[in-house]
Amino acid sequence: MTLKEKPPVLVVLQLTGGNDYLNTVIPYTDSNYYDNRRSLLQIPEDSVLKLDDELGFHPVMGPMKEIYDQGDMAIIHGVGYAKSPRSHFRSMDIWHTCEPNKVGTEGWLGRALRDLDPSGENPIGGVNIGQGLPRAMTVPGVSVASVADLTTYGLLTGIEQQEQRTKMLQRFSNMYGQAIGTGAVKEYLGQTGLDALKGADILKEGLSRYSSNVEYGTDAIASSLRDVAMIHTADVGTRVFYTQHGSFDTHASQPPTFDKLWTEVSGAIADFWDDLRQHDADENVVMFLFSEFGRRVRDNGSGTDHGAAGACFAIGPSIKGGMHNVYPETRAEALDQGDLVPDQDFRGVYSTILEDWLNLDPVPIVNGQFEQPKFIEKNGGAV
Amino acid sequence: MSDQEDIALMAHLMRRAGFGASRDELQSLVEQGYEKTVDQLIDPPESSPRADLYMLYRSMPSTETGGPNPVPGAANWLYNMLNTQRLLEEKMALFWHYIFATANSKVDNDNHLTIQVQLFRDHGMGNYRDLLLRVAQNPAMIFWLDNNENHKRAPNENWGRELLELFSLGVGNYTEKDVFECARAFTGWTIGAKIPRNPHQRFSWYYEFRPEEHDYTEKTFLGQTGNFDGEDIIDIILKQSACPKFIARHLYNFFVADEAQVPAWDIEEPRDPAAVKVLSDTLVENNFDIKPVLRTLFNSDFFKESMYQKIMSPVEVVVGTLRLTGDLRGPDPRLMKVGQEPSYMGQGLHDPPSVEGWHTGREWINSGSVVKRINFVADRVGNVELPGVQSIIDKVSSNGHGKTPEDLVDRCVDLIGPIEVSEQTRQELISHASEEGGLSWATNEERTRSSRRVGDMLALIAATPEYQFG
Repeated sequence: MTLKEKPPVLVVLQLTGGNDYLNTVIPYTDSNYYDNRRSLLQIPEDSVLKLDDELGFHPVMGPMKEIYDQGDMAIIHGVGYAKSPRSHFRSMDIWHTCEPNKVGTEGWLGRALRDLDPSGENPIGGVNIGQGLPRAMTVPGVSVASVADLTTYGLLTGIEQQEQRTKMLQRFSNMYGQAIGTGAVKEYLGQTGLDALKGADILKEGLSRYSSNVEYGTDAIASSLRDVAMIHTADVGTRVFYTQHGSFDTHASQPPTFDKLWTEVSGAIADFWDDLRQHDADENVVMFLFSEFGRRVRDNGSGTDHGAAGACFAIGPSIKGGMHNVYPETRAEALDQGDLVPDQDFRGVYSTILEDWLNLDPVPIVNGQFEQPKFIEKNGGAV
Repeated sequence: MSDQEDIALMAHLMRRAGFGASRDELQSLVEQGYEKTVDQLIDPPESSPRADLYMLYRSMPSTETGGPNPVPGAANWLYNMLNTQRLLEEKMALFWHYIFATANSKVDNDNHLTIQVQLFRDHGMGNYRDLLLRVAQNPAMIFWLDNNENHKRAPNENWGRELLELFSLGVGNYTEKDVFECARAFTGWTIGAKIPRNPHQRFSWYYEFRPEEHDYTEKTFLGQTGNFDGEDIIDIILKQSACPKFIARHLYNFFVADEAQVPAWDIEEPRDPAAVKVLSDTLVENNFDIKPVLRTLFNSDFFKESMYQKIMSPVEVVVGTLRLTGDLRGPDPRLMKVGQEPSYMGQGLHDPPSVEGWHTGREWINSGSVVKRINFVADRVGNVELPGVQSIIDKVSSNGHGKTPEDLVDRCVDLIGPIEVSEQTRQELISHASEEGGLSWATNEERTRSSRRVGDMLALIAATPEYQFG
């Protein structure tokens, strides 16, 4: 199947807790990085995994560097928004809902899913791997499956007599169907129940077809991305996947925590793409990584406090590899309250993904028009 | 009020102030009376003990010693919730865990979470000022919010910010400067560590004040200037009108009806502003003593009228089901596994997703969690071997109930709660029961078959949309 016949798929990986931009993409020729503000965390120039003449990855990010060197990774610099509140929850809400000035009720990916499947035909058009549902995917009336354990997914699985279970599932379907139109919460519950029932059937069918030679790691993100690969290669029509890893909230003892997390993330991403290539299922996928904010330039003697600007990463065969936008200024005088200043609005980055990859009108989804960095080579083709 | 209404109201009280109750328990509480029951929940008699921790630690020592693994700690708490006779005390421990949300994902020293929960159990119905001070000096909290990294020369704002944003005032009631000044006042409030008893264990922490780390210079906080330390900061916080309102709204959201999520509170009005005001005023009038506000809450009309206005939390689903079915009483190795069930539904004990705690209400429900909760309850209420299910079957079979499909459904809907189902749901349940007709209890064979059918009916009721509310 060619790209044009397969609808574009987006995989979002959230780096929860505020990833330290400066130690992820290191400005290794910048004397400001090596001054006394960050003496605890500085990576010596000869350890940096150099991407070009100015920037390089943290030493634990080897698998990420390989992808970058192959031209399949875009790094988008200086991403954020004005007047960051530097609160995890508020900032995460803003990233999820695109509403910096009020509490949004609709997630950007939920809106995208609604536009991709306006009649809500596929209850697993969006899949979250993990517990609960991220706000980014939450829009009333848009069904998203949230899967913590892919292998045992199903309803009333404890009823032993299959005939009895089938009858009970029919009753279930009737009862949840009737709950629709009886008040907002009941209605939500009714729709969720029906979607769970249908989604479980589709997933069970699809999973029986998966096999892979790729050996993923044993950490949480490896298992989450393997689940994404399983569902994606089953070809059940999922368009948006979401998962997260963390916590990157390294106020204290940053070096061991940061090293462990990025070792896991880098390895899992490389395995995931190997798996997709083996299944000839990589061409129609873009992966997107973000964190709710970067961290402060000055370390606090053990870790780093909440900052502002960060970097986003986009990965996939359709990505225009390389650096996009410029690294924020690191001079003390150029900082805002000690933090790197963002000059690329995150909603512009979303807009690029929505418009150039998912073929959607980004304006109503991200609540406005924002400058779009051009990091996607060719759009996702068939809709 | 008819007997049935009394039972329904008592069941409501016991679901909210505790973790539900069996029919026999509800009947004896109704005989005792509603207000008396509220009084006993708030001030339990000596004859109502907590769960026996000695018994637990003797047979399952890892639930005391902790370490990096949070599983034994969750088992410990589940044991407490299943075996305590001081239900409201235990529910209040959970309430404070929602607010002072601390997670082993970072603390990585799980018995300190157990110690923190014990603090909530011991002082959660005392005085809020006293509790806040104890929490500020609680080692798990200090480590969770990095106050051990909050030094005179390098202030760390994490605790200072969350104290204001999430533990007392809420967003919009302080400035960034206040956060910084607050953090400075708590410099030097840190932890010391004792060498662990066994090499595989974690260091045992204790609260320690280090004067050399404390910033003794002047601070300006919420409009007041002085050489404040942490205790002064707490006193200033308590004088803000936002503080009692914030706690009152949390109490309302936890005990009465689902509110908007906490990050929206500075923007969205409370669901019932008058009720929140009553609770807030009661807190202020009683110098932030918790018991009077709980008494006001449970005896209020807004509470009594709030039946089925809340989506049950995963912990309520799990503990309520285990209590109803009479399963897992006393120390039991299965506590380790079952203690993880709430986390599969989105509420890991000792493991909230962030310091903001859990999003509640309808956010407990998604197509993933709904599968988990329905399966958990259905597997248990459908298990006719369990004593609580046996007791329901006995009540259906005695007096020869369940002879018609309608009677079978009505009995089961009553005895599993009672819960309130819509007429459409009731008709679906009746249609299901009708496929095999009414129950008969004459022969052993009929008894077995009828018991299984009651179990299946209870499982189907557990799967209804209505059963997700409590």
